[in-house]
Amino acid sequence: MRNAFINTLIEEARKNDNIYLITPDLGFSVLEDFENEFPERFLNVGIAEGNAVDIAAGLALSGKVVYIYSIIPFVTMRPFEQIRVNLAYMKTNVRLVGVGAGVTYGPLGATHHAIEDLAIMRALPNMIVFSPSDPWEVECATKESINHNGPIYFRLAKKDEPVISDTNSEFSFGKANFIKYGDDINIIFTGNASDIAMEVYSALTKNGLRKANLISMHSIKPFDSDTINKIIQDEKPIFTIEEHSIIGGLGSIVSEYIAESNKNPVFKRFSLPDEYSHYVGSQKHIREKFCFTSEKIIRDIESLI
Amino acid sequence: MIDTSLDMINTAKQIRKSIMTMNSASCASHSGSALSMVDVLTVLYFKFLNINPANSTDMDRDRFILSKGHGSSALYATLAHRGFFDLTVLGKFYVDNGILPGHLDKEAVPGVEVSSGSLGHGLSIGIGMSIASKVDKRDSKVVVVCGDGELNEGSMWEAIMFAPRQKLDNLTLIVDYNKLQGYGRTNEVINLEPLKNKFESFNWLVVEVDGHNFEEIDSALLKKTKKPKVIIAHTIKGKGVSYMEDQFIWHYKSPNEEELGQAYRELL
Repeated sequence: MRNAFINTLIEEARKNDNIYLITPDLGFSVLEDFENEFPERFLNVGIAEGNAVDIAAGLALSGKVVYIYSIIPFVTMRPFEQIRVNLAYMKTNVRLVGVGAGVTYGPLGATHHAIEDLAIMRALPNMIVFSPSDPWEVECATKESINHNGPIYFRLAKKDEPVISDTNSEFSFGKANFIKYGDDINIIFTGNASDIAMEVYSALTKNGLRKANLISMHSIKPFDSDTINKIIQDEKPIFTIEEHSIIGGLGSIVSEYIAESNKNPVFKRFSLPDEYSHYVGSQKHIREKFCFTSEKIIRDIESLI
Repeated sequence: MIDTSLDMINTAKQIRKSIMTMNSASCASHSGSALSMVDVLTVLYFKFLNINPANSTDMDRDRFILSKGHGSSALYATLAHRGFFDLTVLGKFYVDNGILPGHLDKEAVPGVEVSSGSLGHGLSIGIGMSIASKVDKRDSKVVVVCGDGELNEGSMWEAIMFAPRQKLDNLTLIVDYNKLQGYGRTNEVINLEPLKNKFESFNWLVVEVDGHNFEEIDSALLKKTKKPKVIIAHTIKGKGVSYMEDQFIWHYKSPNEEELGQAYRELL
């Protein structure tokens, strides 16, 4: 995902002199090509995330479109009040690009995990919250982000994720990305839970057992109300899968829609618990410790439908 | 030489009167914080800044950021007296159905470049604007006013540390050093001294002035430098209204009718 982001940004920056990239001293081996090609429009502001966000706001107030790249906690939580006032409140054209969704950076430890970011970022008025599931969505969103008026948060995973989208489909913020269509159950996922979602989908639809919608909700905000309301009206089982805390992410959003509807579909949220990881190990290992695995999710869904 | 004619002195008095009226009518706090920087704002808006009220979004304009957004009444009054909007709008400060919020909202009126009120943001934003001006090869200057207490914020020092690396000779920070903050004497809460040395060691050009002396403020602003410049403006909180001068309580209290009357008599 990060390569899709930076390669697309470089292409766009060749066409648009207003594109700037700021890092608070992270992105080694990722950002160099941009830096070399556009040295005047690349800034390493040092390990000072609040400064990074506010400098970006100042550039944006002077007509620039500014991307800030870092690991998610350092581009969302550390400078949160700077983001609130100078990006969200002032509606400036700054894009926060965070890598390391969920427990992507497993063995680095919980300081580098991101399990609360969707909850806090979607609470900000004017903020677009984008949680892509594959490099195609990242490429499309990066292009669309250039001319968007207002701030955007990109919640990226890391690198080498497979493309699962139909690359001929249309992309826009606020629109669900249907990976598969089917009318027996709905599997709605976001971001780097894509591998789990794909495995769950395969198991549940094996041998034509049943048909399922498999939906990447890359746009946490604005949320695709039309799609979710239609799905709820069909009253078929709905399951959400996200590598984020159970509080405040995709599952919470879908719950809100169901709660205010007149329908009562079978529904369950699959996510990480409301807990910091003290487990040491890879993303896969931490997922297993938190029972956030396709096997567990398949078992739970089978028992509910 | 700056025009220290009666006009300039009179303008500052009119701005102070507007501030007093605004804060009295709406029972707002921060009169003292607003009054301390009126002379600085007067020089900026009536002499130094390249701005045009009739074209407040001109890309080549100078940018002014009031980082100590709680002193908003001073900026609103200055902008109104400079012609950015009608003086009657000042009656819509901090009240129901108002136009001007207690802390700055750039959507409220023309001339407010940055929404502020949360301390410690303005200098970094100013750095971003300075960089944009340089890369675009414009002559726009950027001036930021911060409070002395605001220098408690760690983010200020992130910005102070960063600015010299960019050789931002178009950036000026003015510290409204009125020696009082939320809980009392600034240098008793956290001692800023030696402030001049601190800035110098961070590689800024430092000029100390009497923040109520038009000529000193003006010549400091005009001083040429290849570095970012900080003007430490020694000011008196509540300047111009005798019972407010250097009185901590006017960070909070608003003047009643009688107090307003006295202020008006003093500002004749």
